Amino acid sequence: MDIFTQQIINGLVLGSIYALVALGYTMVYGILELINFAHGEVTMFGAMIALAVMGALLGTDLPGILIVLMGLAVAIPGCMALGFAIERVAYRPLRRAPRLAALITAIGVSIVLQNVAMLIWGKQYISFPPLLPVVRYEILGATITNLQILIIVLSCLLMAGLLWLVTRTKLGAAMRATAQAPDVAGLMGINANTIISITFILGAALAAVAGVMVAAYYGLAHYHMGFLLGLKAFTAAVLGGIGNIAGAMLGGLLLGIIESLGAGYIGDLSFGFLGSHYQDVFAFFVLILVLVFQPSGLLGERVAERA
Amino acid sequence: MFARWEEIKKDRRAAWVAYILLAMLLAAAPFLIGAGLGRGWVRILDFTLLYVMLALGLNIVVGYAGLLDLGYIAFYAVGAYLYALLASPHFGLHLPFWALLPLGALVAGVFGVLLGAPTLRLRGDYLAIVTLGFGEIIRIFLNNLNAPVNITNGPQGVNFIDPISLGGFSFSQTHTLLGFSFPGIYTYYYLFLLLTLGIIFVSLRLQDSRIGRAWVAIREDEVAAEAMGIHTRNVKLLAFAMGASFGGISGGLFAGFQGFISPESFNLFESIIVLCMVVLGGMGNIAGVILGAVLLTTFPEALRYLGDLQRLLFNDVLVDPADLRMLVFGLALVLIMIFRPAGLIPSERRRREFGSEATVLKQEQASLYDSQR
Repeated sequence: MDIFTQQIINGLVLGSIYALVALGYTMVYGILELINFAHGEVTMFGAMIALAVMGALLGTDLPGILIVLMGLAVAIPGCMALGFAIERVAYRPLRRAPRLAALITAIGVSIVLQNVAMLIWGKQYISFPPLLPVVRYEILGATITNLQILIIVLSCLLMAGLLWLVTRTKLGAAMRATAQAPDVAGLMGINANTIISITFILGAALAAVAGVMVAAYYGLAHYHMGFLLGLKAFTAAVLGGIGNIAGAMLGGLLLGIIESLGAGYIGDLSFGFLGSHYQDVFAFFVLILVLVFQPSGLLGERVAERA
Repeated sequence: MFARWEEIKKDRRAAWVAYILLAMLLAAAPFLIGAGLGRGWVRILDFTLLYVMLALGLNIVVGYAGLLDLGYIAFYAVGAYLYALLASPHFGLHLPFWALLPLGALVAGVFGVLLGAPTLRLRGDYLAIVTLGFGEIIRIFLNNLNAPVNITNGPQGVNFIDPISLGGFSFSQTHTLLGFSFPGIYTYYYLFLLLTLGIIFVSLRLQDSRIGRAWVAIREDEVAAEAMGIHTRNVKLLAFAMGASFGGISGGLFAGFQGFISPESFNLFESIIVLCMVVLGGMGNIAGVILGAVLLTTFPEALRYLGDLQRLLFNDVLVDPADLRMLVFGLALVLIMIFRPAGLIPSERRRREFGSEATVLKQEQASLYDSQR
């Protein structure tokens, strides 16, 4: 088995999940300049809701794929409602407050959501039921499962859809206008509040899908899973240039690949001194390196200093 | 409340009386709390002082210089591990406290510069994520540096750290003075209080110094500050180093006080909590930051009584208080920020500039839109 190809495949799968979550961070940041710390928790709720629905349907003799789809069908609107509610309750009152105040609220919301999930679903790991038959394919000396292909294809479709929405539709134009100049956008007849709500809802929907993907890929879900996932996704968004949608996708994929390559080769690179538990160090190190030479991320526009 | 305090300050005799009352209260605090709430709370009081030091250190970076640091706990870790490795059976070294404390401040300060130097060009949230990454890198290294050479003892942490002692006076033992018995946690309280007062003094003096004003200038507008002849690179690095050294001191005290440390004490959540203390209390305001630190350290502990409250209300413990604790904590963070977005005690400078709180908020609104692209 070719290790390099295998790590690239693993990285692509992981990266497309990161990219989906990163899009939520970057869209909100583009409009509100707020790090929505609670976004990782929305992802976790997506996984948890889907698993709860799937667990309830497990006894019936519906086909496995249908049960998974029904889990998704409940998780997506559930997360959309959650995203909408978070913005309405916690962020909107602070729209005009200092930025760090909103950041602290976001942290507070994240803690609350995590603990609510713990109260509902308990502290134990919840396993993803084996509903999808696993098929393995051989490509260039590496194996890829049907689930991995599904994750990559589905995320590509969702990202393409989002790009189309943002660049080609009237709603997308309104979103970009609000991000650029909220006051002027308001004068042009755009209701900024509606646009911001829609942004949160879209981000939450993507997060729900990503959450189900993570749960299916690792076979597990846990009330704490959103934290590290959110952190990685936010890192990906910054890597690509926060506020930039294409950047979030590129950053997510790159981070996924860097991480899995790092995990595979860090031992050889450091002459056996560092083991694969330094995987995260590798990712953060690359991030710092990129930002030192390209301070606004890979695709981020150069922000004029105090324009 | 604050308007009245300003009046008291003007009347010198009243000010002296107030200071003396405050000093007596601080001196008697461990006895009052120990008698009223039990020994456990004196221990929490000691931790509160450690967090006050940490928060004041972060306040220099975030509050004064406006550099958002999400990895601040790394410096606390550096200070703690330095103390632990040089004063424990782990390496068989037992350096004295008076040497370790300044060394901890120095090494943490060097780490502050190491973090600061490559990040000078970054601003705002890019800086936040890089500092966060730095904090995680330090933690992961502490966690894994037990092989191939055992330096940090990995996830097990370092145990049997020497308790703090100065010139034969051990802070961990019970001492008797004038008929009063001072257990270890009491004597630690006085040591921590002394060092906290020292850090408060340094913070106060920095605030109105040339450097302090340079930090504020950078926070408000870096380009203008540079145009006014401020050497922004050096001044920013100094902010990182100063903030980090406070963290290093606090970390060393933590290691000596606790006797045991492991990488888990220095995770990202701790960084976030310290940042919450600074922002929630009122960034850039020393009194506010102290209040934030005291509240956020004692509040989660007070929430342990949620079980008793439930028994009182429902005659039964419905939800495990440990599970409910963080939920209430998170809610409190959200509510305080919604009702007091500029912090519990907004900074003096803003008050002076804009008069009332209403105008402060209005000003914030304006600057929010100015800074948007």
